[in-house]
Amino acid sequence: MSERKIGVYVCQCGGNISDYVDVERVRQAVAEDPDVVVARTAMFTCSDATQDEIADDIKLDDLDGLVVASCSPKLHTFTFRGVARRAGLNPYRYTQVNLREQDSWAHTDDRLGATEKAIRLVRAGIARTRLLEPLDPTVVETVPRALVIGAGIAGLRAAIGLADIGLGVVLIEREAEVGGHVRELGTMYPHDRQGQELISELLGEVRRREGIALFTNAELVRKGGTFGNYEVDIRTRGDSNMTRRFEVGSIIVATGFDSYLPEEGEYGYGIPGVLTLPEFKKLVDASEGPLVYGDRPVRSVAYIYCVGSRQGESGPHQYCSRFCCTSAVHTDLELRAKAPKVHQYHLYRDMRTYGRYELLYNDSREKGSAYLKFAPDTPPEVQRRGDGQLEVRVHDQLASQEEVNLDVDLVVLVTGMVPRSNQELIQRLKLPVGRDGFFNEIHPKLRPVETVVDGVAICGACQFPKTAGESVASGLAAVSWSAAMLKQGRAELDPQVATVDPDLCTFCGVCMEACPYGAIGQQELGGSRQVAVIDPATCKGCGGCAPLCPEHAINVLGYTGREVEAMIESLAAGVA
Amino acid sequence: MATTMAPPAPTAGTTFGPKILVFSTNNISDPGIDLAGSSHLHYSPRAMTIAVPCSSGIAPEWIAYAFDQGFDGVFIASDGEECSYLTDCSERSAKLFERAQAMMAEKGYAPERLKMAAICSVCAEPFVKYMHEFEAQLRELGPVGVA
Ligand SMILES: Cc1cc2nc3c(=O)[nH]c(=O)nc-3n(C[C@H](O)[C@H](O)[C@H](O)COP(=O)(O)OP(=O)(O)OC[C@H]3O[C@@H](n4cnc5c(N)ncnc54)[C@H](O)[C@@H]3O)c2cc1C
Ligand code: SF4
Ligand code: SF4
Repeated sequence: MSERKIGVYVCQCGGNISDYVDVERVRQAVAEDPDVVVARTAMFTCSDATQDEIADDIKLDDLDGLVVASCSPKLHTFTFRGVARRAGLNPYRYTQVNLREQDSWAHTDDRLGATEKAIRLVRAGIARTRLLEPLDPTVVETVPRALVIGAGIAGLRAAIGLADIGLGVVLIEREAEVGGHVRELGTMYPHDRQGQELISELLGEVRRREGIALFTNAELVRKGGTFGNYEVDIRTRGDSNMTRRFEVGSIIVATGFDSYLPEEGEYGYGIPGVLTLPEFKKLVDASEGPLVYGDRPVRSVAYIYCVGSRQGESGPHQYCSRFCCTSAVHTDLELRAKAPKVHQYHLYRDMRTYGRYELLYNDSREKGSAYLKFAPDTPPEVQRRGDGQLEVRVHDQLASQEEVNLDVDLVVLVTGMVPRSNQELIQRLKLPVGRDGFFNEIHPKLRPVETVVDGVAICGACQFPKTAGESVASGLAAVSWSAAMLKQGRAELDPQVATVDPDLCTFCGVCMEACPYGAIGQQELGGSRQVAVIDPATCKGCGGCAPLCPEHAINVLGYTGREVEAMIESLAAGVA
Repeated sequence: MATTMAPPAPTAGTTFGPKILVFSTNNISDPGIDLAGSSHLHYSPRAMTIAVPCSSGIAPEWIAYAFDQGFDGVFIASDGEECSYLTDCSERSAKLFERAQAMMAEKGYAPERLKMAAICSVCAEPFVKYMHEFEAQLRELGPVGVA
C-alpha cells in the first residue's frame, strides 16, 4: 500500500450534519486508515479559523492529500483548493465529500444509516485521494479583446458594456443592418418604447466608442489559435469581399432566434387574413387609426396562441416561447388605443403573462377583450366562407364547454421562437446545441452564459426564448464573464482532462472520432509508432472518449478507472 | 413486548436492504440529487453516489465492478438532453448501458439490477421516486450473487 499523508476534516456544519450523523464515530472510523495522519471534526470547516487550522496541519505534517467532508462540492471546492494551494499542497490532491446534501439532509430519519453512509463516503474520498496525482492548471495569457457575434439588442448592449470596461470589441452582424428582431418592432412592452428607436440609440452609442469595430454583412469564417488567444477571420460581403484577422480573448455569441413559420394550412395559414404575430404586429405598428387589411376595415380579430410552441410529442418545439402571450396581449392594447371599437378574441391554452405582465393581461380584459381557453387536443379550426369572412370554431373549455363560432376579419397566429439556423457557426465554434436546437450554457443558474468551450459565451435569445430585457441582462452577464477573464491578462484551465497512455494505445482512431471538440490528435512515438494525444487546452474533460477506447488507454485525470474503482470498493465495504 | 418478538427472519424481501451505487454528473444530475437532500426528501442511506463529469464517460467496467464488489443495483442518473458537452449524450449513454448489460449477462447479474434515467438539476422528486422504486425492485430480486 502506498504511503500517503492524508488529512481528513469532518464538518458538523453547525448541526446541519452533526444532528443526523455521529461525526465523532465517522472521524474515529476513518482515522484508523494508515494513510490518514490527521482526522478532525470541526463546527464549521469553511470558517476562517478552521481553514487556517487545515493549512497549519498541511504544513506541520507535510500532508500530501486533503479530504474535506462537509457540504456539496458545488459550494466549497474552490475554497478548499485555495486552502491547499496557500499551504503548499497541490490543490488537485483534495477531495470534497458530500456529507450534507447527499447524506445528513437526505436521511434525517435514520441516524445510524446516515452515519454508516458517511463512513463509506469519507472512506471513498480517502481512497480516491490516495491515488490523486498533483496537477497543474494550464495557464494561458489572454488578449484584452472580445468578438461579439450578432448585433441584435443583446450583442449591441454587450459590445457597449465591453468597451466601457476598457476591452476592445469586434462586433459582427451577418445582415446589412444591425438590430435583429427589435429593429422591426414598433411599440414594445414593458415601457412602450419604439424598437427602431432603441436600436438607433444603441447604434449611436456603439459608433461613439472607438474601442468597437463594427462590421455588417460580416461573418466568422474561421477560428484558430487556442483559448485566450483565438484567431478569428471575419469576412465581409459587398463591394469589397474582404477577410480580416483579429486576435480575441473571448467570443460572445448573440445570434438570436427565428420566428416560427407555420406550415401551409396550419390553422388556415395561407388564407388571406391569417397572419403570424410578427406580421400582425407590423400592421398594427404602421397603422395610425382604425386598422385596414387589404382594403377592408378590420372590425374583429381572433388570436390563436401557442402556434409552433408547446407541441408536445408531435413536434420539435416542445418548449414555451415565453414572450408571445405578453406580446399578443400588448399588441391587443396597442390596437385598442388606435381603434377602440375592434373586437378582440384570444384563444389560449394557458395565459403566461408572467411577473408584471399580468397587469397588461388584466388591462386587456377590463377593456373588453374576450379570452377563451381551448384544450390542446381540440384546437380551434379556421375556415374561409364563400363571402370571404373568416370563421373560427373553438371549444371554450371554461365558459360553456360548447362550440363557439367566431366571425372575424383577421386571425393572428401567435407564433413562437425557434432556433435560428446557424450550422456553420455551430461547426466553427463547436457550440453545444441542446435537443431543442438552442445553445446550451453550462448551468442555467450557476453558470448561465458560459459554455463548455473555454472562452466562448452565449447570450440573448440564442439560448432560449427571451424578452428583449432578458436578452440584454444576459448580454451584460457575458460582459462580466469576459471582464473576469480578460482584465487579468491570464486565465487558468481545469487540468482534469483526458490523457492517453501511449503504451496501451494502438492508434485505432476510435477516440478521435468520438471527440466532438477535435481535442485528440496524433503523435509519433519513438520507432515511428503512432499514438493518440489529447490537447489539454482543448479537451473539456467530459470523458466521452474514454469508455470507447478498446485498449482502455484513456483516463480523465481525477476520474481515472483506478480512482473510481477504489471508491467503489470503499463504498461497498462493511463499516464495522 | 419487543423482547418476546422473534427477530425477523433474514430472508430477501424483509430485512434485506439493497446497496445501490448511483453515478451522477457534476453539472446536471448531481445538483438534482443535492436538491433532494436540501428538500429533506428521504431515500435509502444505502444508496451512494459517485459524481463524474458526464454520463457518456461512465465505463461499463465500473458498473460490472460495482456488482463484483457487492452492490445490489447500479443507477445511472444521466445527463439526458441537458448535457452541456455532447449533443448525442443520450445515445452515447444508451450504448454504454447496453454494453454494461452485456457484461452483466456474462457474469450472471440480472439485467434489472442496472437502471438509467435522466435526472435534471432540479429533478429532486423524480430522483427520490426512482430510488424508492428501484429499492423495492431490488428487494424482490434479493441480494446480488444470490441467484
Ligand atoms: C413579434 C415580436 C414582438 C416582440 N415584442 C417584444 C416586446 O414588446 N418586448 C420585448 O422585450 N421583447 C419582444 N420581443 C422579443 C425580442 O424580439 C427578443 O427578445 C430580442 O430580439 C432578442 O434579441 P437577440 O439580440 O438575442 O436576438 P435577435 O434579435 O435575433 O438578434 C440576433 C442578431 O444576430 C445576427 N446573427 C445571427 N446569426 C449570425 C451569424 N452567424 N453571424 C453574424 N450575425 C448573426 C442576426 O442577423 C441578428 O441581427 C418580440 C419578438 C417578436 C417576434
Ligand atoms: S481509442 Fe484508444 S487505442 Fe484507439 S486511438 Fe484512441 S486512445 Fe488509442
Ligand atoms: S474527454 Fe471529451 S473533450 Fe476530452 S478528448 Fe475525450 S471526448 Fe474530447
